[in-house]
Amino acid sequence: MKNWKLITTPLSKENPITVQVLGICSCLAVTAQLKPAVFMAVSVTVVVVLSNLIISLLRNTIPPRIRIIVQLVVVSMLVILVDQFLKAFFFDVSKQLSVYVSLIITNCIVMGRLEAFAMSNKPGPSVLDGIGNGLGYSVILIILGFVRELFGSGTLWGYPVLSAIGYENNGLMIMPPMALILVGIIIWIQRSKDKELQEK
Amino acid sequence: MQEIINIFVKSIFIDNMIFSFFLGMCSYLAVSKTVKTSAGLGIAVTFVLLITVPVNYLLNKYVLQPGALQWLSPSLANVDLSFLGLILFIAVIAAIVQMVEMIVEKFSPALYNSLGIFLPLIAVNCAVLGGSLFMQQREYTNIGEVFAFSLGSGIGWFLAIVGIAAIREKLRYSHIPPALKGVGITFIITGLMGLAFMSFMGIKL
Repeated sequence: MKNWKLITTPLSKENPITVQVLGICSCLAVTAQLKPAVFMAVSVTVVVVLSNLIISLLRNTIPPRIRIIVQLVVVSMLVILVDQFLKAFFFDVSKQLSVYVSLIITNCIVMGRLEAFAMSNKPGPSVLDGIGNGLGYSVILIILGFVRELFGSGTLWGYPVLSAIGYENNGLMIMPPMALILVGIIIWIQRSKDKELQEK
Repeated sequence: MQEIINIFVKSIFIDNMIFSFFLGMCSYLAVSKTVKTSAGLGIAVTFVLLITVPVNYLLNKYVLQPGALQWLSPSLANVDLSFLGLILFIAVIAAIVQMVEMIVEKFSPALYNSLGIFLPLIAVNCAVLGGSLFMQQREYTNIGEVFAFSLGSGIGWFLAIVGIAAIREKLRYSHIPPALKGVGITFIITGLMGLAFMSFMGIKL
């Protein structure tokens, strides 16, 4: 049951985006539509899980002085794999995501989980921790992508939903600043429900 | 010359790293509590961008691009190393950040003390890697344009972080709903600042 917590706490109380405030860059830039948001969420989850596993297996052999470089090499190898995979099989999505796939390397969630968890835990729990944090990140990305595409272009996954019933598109929603304001609102809702998270 | 000035102005205001691409948000949110420290971080990021982006440009032009190794020997004209881009860029950035740290420590201890903790953290700042990746994607034609782009991006980042830090210092004296305090209100204000910066978007350069 202790391990189950590793998956559930990052979804709410320890959410990487709204509580730990990590990995914001990519979360805001790719969420103008649902499809790239889902692809980005899956890519980050895969990279977090696999890098947590690899670093956790290597944790006793990595000299502490050069651990950042070792972590960067492992993460960038995984990111290159994901990037090449997307380019080969989902070229249009990889064009839309542009540099943000490559920027998973410097995504603070990945580095943060490696430093905080994988360096000091066994492979099993590290994989679960990776899954939990990947899902916590995915949930926010999918909410943002859903709301912004639905109200910004009246479609979902490219299919007309609101635009079919004569909805006038709200152009503000697809603009970058609106992503920030929406995250602010999600944080507001979450913290008014959970008073422990409020800052003094 | 005009082209270079255009790129410089464009990368400060229109393609601002924070407000239109959200790069470097993590340190932007974490370090923007006081104007003084955020100005220090802003200068450090500008400095590192100004060195790493041109170095990565040369690396991209003479080693990584398809056929870039032709200057070494004509038989290498078909070699395409572009898949190694990411790993080399991040290695160059980590190495240069380390070097800058040692040089600054040796020659200007005062500056080192004021930047101190921020310098090593810049290696994992998305704005720095993002600068190199945008340089590669936008295909700048000569090194002057690359310098203008990197200096402009750095100054844009500096302006954004100093701006939000000044606003946050004032916010301490205002009444904010308890659930919005701290991170929440910072997100919303950044969004509003982004909207303000969007007024530059109509400008054609």
